[in-house]
Amino acid sequence: MIVAIGVGAVNVPVGDVWHIVVHHVTGSGTAPADPALDQIVWNFRAPRVVLAALAGAGLAVSGAVLQSAVSNPLADPTVLGFSYGATLGAVLAITLGGSVAAAGLGVSTAAFLGAMVAGALVFVLGQRRGRMAPTRLVLAGVAVGYVFLSATSFVQLHASPNELRTVLFWTLGSVAGAQWDQLPTVAVVVIATTVLLTLFGRRLNVLLAGDESATALGVDVNRLRLVLLVLSALLTGTVIAVAGGIGFVGLMIPHLVRLSTGADHRRLLPLTALLGAVYLVLVDLLSRTLDRPNELPLGILTALLGAPFFLWLLRRNKAMD
Amino acid sequence: MHLTVERLHIALDGNPILRDVNLEARTGDIVGLVGPNGSGKSTLLRTVYRSLRPADGVVRVGDDDVWRLSARAAARRTAAVLQDSGGNTTGLTVTEIVALGRAPHHGLLGRDGAEDHRAVEEAIDHCGVRPYAERDYASLSGGERQRVLLARALAQDPRLLVLDELTNHLDIRARFELLELVRATGTTTLAVLHDLDLAARLCDHLVVLHEGVVVAAGTVLEVLTPQVLGEVFGVRASTRRHDDGVIRITYAAQPLAADVPAPRG
Repeated sequence: MIVAIGVGAVNVPVGDVWHIVVHHVTGSGTAPADPALDQIVWNFRAPRVVLAALAGAGLAVSGAVLQSAVSNPLADPTVLGFSYGATLGAVLAITLGGSVAAAGLGVSTAAFLGAMVAGALVFVLGQRRGRMAPTRLVLAGVAVGYVFLSATSFVQLHASPNELRTVLFWTLGSVAGAQWDQLPTVAVVVIATTVLLTLFGRRLNVLLAGDESATALGVDVNRLRLVLLVLSALLTGTVIAVAGGIGFVGLMIPHLVRLSTGADHRRLLPLTALLGAVYLVLVDLLSRTLDRPNELPLGILTALLGAPFFLWLLRRNKAMD
Repeated sequence: MHLTVERLHIALDGNPILRDVNLEARTGDIVGLVGPNGSGKSTLLRTVYRSLRPADGVVRVGDDDVWRLSARAAARRTAAVLQDSGGNTTGLTVTEIVALGRAPHHGLLGRDGAEDHRAVEEAIDHCGVRPYAERDYASLSGGERQRVLLARALAQDPRLLVLDELTNHLDIRARFELLELVRATGTTTLAVLHDLDLAARLCDHLVVLHEGVVVAAGTVLEVLTPQVLGEVFGVRASTRRHDDGVIRITYAAQPLAADVPAPRG
């Protein structure tokens, strides 16, 4: 992370980065000699690297939990409709600008609310007589996602080219706008939900045995599924609200960890969080170095870099045969 | 631990599935539940492992109504091996699957201890799955998988075993071996079995369900009479204990009972 903070449009030596970070975190040591470097490192680079790590961890954990909660290897925040809800919220806030802002809603808040509305719809539509069957949940998620996508497209038709550009950039995700004051909330949500979900690890393992078997193993399958979906919607909504629609991390990272260290959630979830964090920090690093001084949206690179490696790993894996 | 089912009524979507079902398995007994497809066998099992709440009637394991116990408390008494089509066990090893049986013994903050380790190891040894204990469960054969699931159930340290078609799709040797493993546990068992010959071999008592009603219950010879075999299963057959002590069913050359209509389903 220290290296990632140093690299960018202006390269800062690792030693200087270290001094600046230590100075700000502990309040000790000497103030940095060059205020411009201090500004770049502490006010621009550091928060975006921290946000990239939190976003990567959050999306990856959310994906891992959803895949188990609905017993579907394809599940991720996008398939369950959360991401499309967030997108509609954000697009509305961007295009309606003034009037939405007047209601006290920034793009982040609107995106978060969008994700929560989508999540709530999926819970309500995905259950019947209090039972949430995995297949129905996934299909409800996909259908809700399409509705939100249509609404988003409709709104975009009426948007100005300038707004469209903002929308596109938001949809593909970025941590460039990260600021220190938004990080505590994101950090608390990502860390707290990850810890809580890891505590549910044993029950998540049981859920892999199938609903009836899990019931016979003393797990209240419906209640567990509800808790898992609420927590992952919260996690996804929080991350997307500040980092935009970063795809593929939630799908790929959990599978990478499963393929290399197995499916026990008590191990899987912490490692998924770690790998998701590292991956998105790297992707963000590349996004601002590949095409200097322009920045590429994260969503383009997450899949472009991740998919080939992921496919290679899939083809090597014998258990899939 | 003994199992008592009293006056059980179940209806799904307004259709009665089970009507006034009574059943008992005394401690240590192996009770077989037999009947044609759609007779309500699996539904009855679901009320025992606490997956389906009966509209009326009581299921007791030991002295307690299972629906008055918490899900976890009930799962510490009753373990089940089911035909579960859902789920996705990719990436779990055999040992990890067996260790799932320890889940009812832990809350959210529970960590694996010596007792868990002992239970898992004993179950692995009892079911003979040691040779593939570290393999991916998904890579096993059907017979190996059923052994692993039985081991998972035994790791629960249950007082009652519930088995739904444990030996389905297995070759004859694997069937016999699995049933021997069940018998060797000495645990009270309620088993749904499709194969009447296997049921006759394994069980101390049989209960015959037909269209949601218990039509016969008792020892194997008491239950598998030509009349029951004809009326419930629609076959012409007789049952007797052979000289080697094994009870076998002999099906007639003209196997279908023409005087009774074919069973539903």
